[in-house]
Formats: sequence, structure tokens, C-alpha cells
Amino acid sequence: MDFDFYLSTMWSVLKALPLTLEIWFFGVAIGLVLATGLTWLRASGYKLGEYFTRAYVFVFRGSPLLVQLYLIYFGLSQFDFIRHSPILWPILRDPMYCTIVAMALNTAAYSSEIFRGSLRAVPVGQIEAAKAFGMPAFTRFRLVTLPIALRLALPAYSTEIILMTKATALASVVTIMEMMGTAQKIQHDTFRPIEVLTCAGVIYLLLNLSIARLFAWVEYLLSPHLRPAPGQSQQIKPVPEVL
Amino acid sequence: MSASLATAANAKPSLDTTAAISVKDMRKCFGDHEVLKGISLEAHKGDVISILGSSGSGKSTLLRCINLLETPDSGEVRVDGELIRMKQSRDGHQTPADIHQVERIRADLAMVFQSFNLWSHMTVLENLVAAPVHVLKRPRAECLEQAEALLKRVGIWERRNYYPPHMSGGQQQRAAIARALAMNPKVMLFDEPTSALDPELVGEVLRVMRSLAEEGRTMLVVTHEMGFARDVSSKVMFLHKGEVDSLGEPKEMFARPPTQQFKQFITNFNK
Ligand SMILES: Nc1ncnc2c1ncn2[C@@H]1O[C@H](COP(=O)(O)OP(=O)(O)O)[C@@H](O)[C@H]1O
Ligand SMILES: [Mg+2]
Repeated sequence: MDFDFYLSTMWSVLKALPLTLEIWFFGVAIGLVLATGLTWLRASGYKLGEYFTRAYVFVFRGSPLLVQLYLIYFGLSQFDFIRHSPILWPILRDPMYCTIVAMALNTAAYSSEIFRGSLRAVPVGQIEAAKAFGMPAFTRFRLVTLPIALRLALPAYSTEIILMTKATALASVVTIMEMMGTAQKIQHDTFRPIEVLTCAGVIYLLLNLSIARLFAWVEYLLSPHLRPAPGQSQQIKPVPEVL
Repeated sequence: MSASLATAANAKPSLDTTAAISVKDMRKCFGDHEVLKGISLEAHKGDVISILGSSGSGKSTLLRCINLLETPDSGEVRVDGELIRMKQSRDGHQTPADIHQVERIRADLAMVFQSFNLWSHMTVLENLVAAPVHVLKRPRAECLEQAEALLKRVGIWERRNYYPPHMSGGQQQRAAIARALAMNPKVMLFDEPTSALDPELVGEVLRVMRSLAEEGRTMLVVTHEMGFARDVSSKVMFLHKGEVDSLGEPKEMFARPPTQQFKQFITNFNK
């Protein structure tokens, strides 16, 4: 085994990690804002809002992210009004921004479905108790519905975020030299795909491992009520054993 | 001398005329199914009214219409003389005219649920201070102090930092009663507070409720505990198919059931 080659490849790919993280962070953050808006629109009870969010989710969940990215990067520049727009054009001619936009739009669709599901899963008795004690709608949402829904959403949402770290690799097809783009370049230059892709794969694995651990930790902090009580020794299993 | 006579004379009628809670001709349908067919009821300060009836007779719906967890189709609810104002909506149903009024009145009508409904992500102490702080806008420190005193009273002070899922049903229900007391409610609504409990845990909850009755709390209690209804309550109301079948003094009602329905109900119960 050529350790020097592995080490130098690792190092080159790692140098692209900040760019990967940047795409990931902004994609996820903007996606979260959009998802919150979509969830609110869906839950608001307005028919128009419901139709819009349904259509949105249908389109962005139903087609590959790669297709969305191509359409945004290559497709939108076909329109004159976009090329002449002082706001849209600076964003849409930049492959980095395009990737972030595509990722944000895509993850917003999935996340809003996750949030909608977890809002609906909040036990109705918990909300009724808040009503019966005179809490106004917003207080009820802030103190009861949201904290419970957030805990319910975390496991699925952390999976979605891990999917997004992997999706950053698509940025390489629009010329961004993040980790995958860098790996591909080394592969082209050296003709040693196995070693190079192994290096990239290992780094993605470690990255996702840390993100998964981070979420597990947040989940742990937020769910003392699902752990054994102080002085209670037996483990309460969150999932019934079926096997 | 004459002044004190005057106040005494004035005080009596005003005590009598303002019921702590009064319900007049309340009706409620779910689709075609008429669940409440014109129920009226009045509780004065210190009254404990036990509401009996077989399953499906509309007991829960009655309580839930009183604090507007369900919207009654017609009828009046007054709490301490104040009418809950309703308005006609476009589809012909009535809805609360002023949600702020409803919220204010709900805060005076603390409810204890069959399945406790303690907020599971909050500790017992947090459960007790949430509504007083965020609804009544009282200072947190004062609420915490009151909460600890209430938890001592219902005998679960040691569990104040526990989360509800870590406690037995009896402890959870006592915490839920303490949570209701923390609101200093004018009227307490109990919907089968002991029905979800293992038999050996019923006693501890009933003891707390008995002590509330003794200190003069106004309570509407939906229950299947005949002992409680007979010995603790000041009135018993028997619902049958959405109507008040009979209403009266508990000793009298149990000694000489006024209707065939009620007689059958208690006979079935003792079997
Ligand atoms: N939200 C609802 N929608 C439709 N039917 C309901 C609803 N709540 C109660 N009911 C019906 O109303 C009747 C009375 O219910 P309930 O008040 O819960 O009875 P009880 O508490 O006396 O057992 C039952 O037949 C029940 O099926
Ligand atoms: Mg019931």
C-alpha cells in the first residue's frame, strides 16, 4: 500500500472540507427557514397555502436533486429577465450559490413534510391541557406543541441533514471544487480511482459520524423524560424489541 | 350595629344569586348524534356535584362544553355570573365571540383529565408553574413557592423534579390536581380522575379530592366512584342519553333512587 499517496490524497481532499461544510451549512440553514415557512403555510388552514405546499413538495421531492441543480444552473440562465435582473443574476450565474439554492429548495420539501408529521403526532391531550389552562394559541405553541414536535422531528430531521452532507457532492458537477470535485480531479490526474475514492469516502463517513453523534447528543439532552428516572435502574427502550 | 345588620342582609341574597357556575339548556351534536339534549346545572360556591352516567351518556362532552374544549351548539355558560359570549358564525354554528374571554375563563376553571395530560417534557414543578407564570402572569419565584407547597399537600414533593412518565398513575394524577390548584381556580372540573388508575392507586387520589371538598372548593366531578358521590358530594346528577335523568341530595338519591334508570344504574354498579 502506498501510504504516502493515501496521506497526500487525504490531505488534499481535507483541504476542500471547509467548502463542503459551507455548502452544507448554508443549504441546510436556508432550507430550514424555507421549511418553517412551508410548514406554517400548510398548517395555517388556508386552502391556497395547502395547494401551494403540496405542489411544492410534489415537485421538489419527486425529482432528483441533480435535475433540480442542472435546471437552476443551466436552465434559468436561458431567461432574459433573469440575466437582466440585478438581484437574481449575481446569484444564479454563480455555481456555488446555485448549489446552495438547489439544496435549500430540495431539503425544504423533505423537512417540511417531517415537521408536518411531527406536529400532527403531538398527543392531542397535551394540547388540550394547555387550552384548558387558558393558554393563548401562541403560548400553547411555544410551551407545549413546539417543544414536543421538535423532539419528535429530530430523528428524521437528522437523517435528512446527513443526506444533505452527501448531496453536497453534487456540487462537483457544476465545477465546484469541494471534496468530491477535488477527489475527481486527483483521480483524473493520477488514474488511481480506488485509493482516491476510498479517501473521500472515509472523510464523508467521519463527517457524517460526527453529525450523527451531535444530533444524538442533542436528542439525549432534550429527552430526560424518556430516560430512566433518577434511581431507576432499568433501561426504558424507545423502540419495542420485535426480533 | 345597624351597619352590620345591613351588610348581613345584603350579603345573603348576593351569595345566593351568583352561582359559581351555571349551565343553561346546553345542547351538542356530533353529526346526527345528539349527545347533550338541553342540560342545565348550577353549582354554588363550595358545591361538589358528582356527575354520574353510563359510558357514552355525554358526561365528558358536558365538561368539555363548559370550558369550550368543545363548542356547544346552543346554551349558556356563566362562571361567577359572567356569561361566556358566543356569536353566530356564517355556517350557522355558534363560536366564541371573544377568545380572550374564553381563555380568561378557562384559567378560572382548572380541569383534571382522565389520562392526566401532564406535559411530558416538563418536570412536575415546571408543570405546576407553566400556566400561573404564562397565563396569570404571576412572578415565577412566587409560583415556585406555591407549587412546592401544593406538592407537599398532595404528597409528592419528593418527586418535584421528576418527569411525568417516571411516576405512577396515582402520583401523576395528584400532580395534575396540584397543577389545577396552582391556578387558584373558581371551579374545578374532574373528568373521571380515577378511571385510568390501578385499583390500589385510586385511594390516594380520592383522598386528595375529599380534602378539596372539605376546604370548600367548588367542583364538578364526573366519576364512577359511588362512595365518593354518596359521601363527599353535595349533589348528584345522573345523566342518561344526554339528558339530566335525576338530580338531588346524594344520601336521598342512593337511598331512594328517583327514577328507574338511576336505580338500574346503581344496581348494575353494585353487581
Ligand atoms: N369528538 C367527537 N366526535 C364524535 N362523537 C363524539 C365525540 N366525542 C364524543 N362523542 C360521542 O358522544 C357520546 C358521548 O361521549 P362522552 O361525552 O365522551 O360520554 P361519557 O364521557 O359519558 O362516556 C358518545 O357516543 C361518543 O361516541
Ligand atoms: Mg368520558
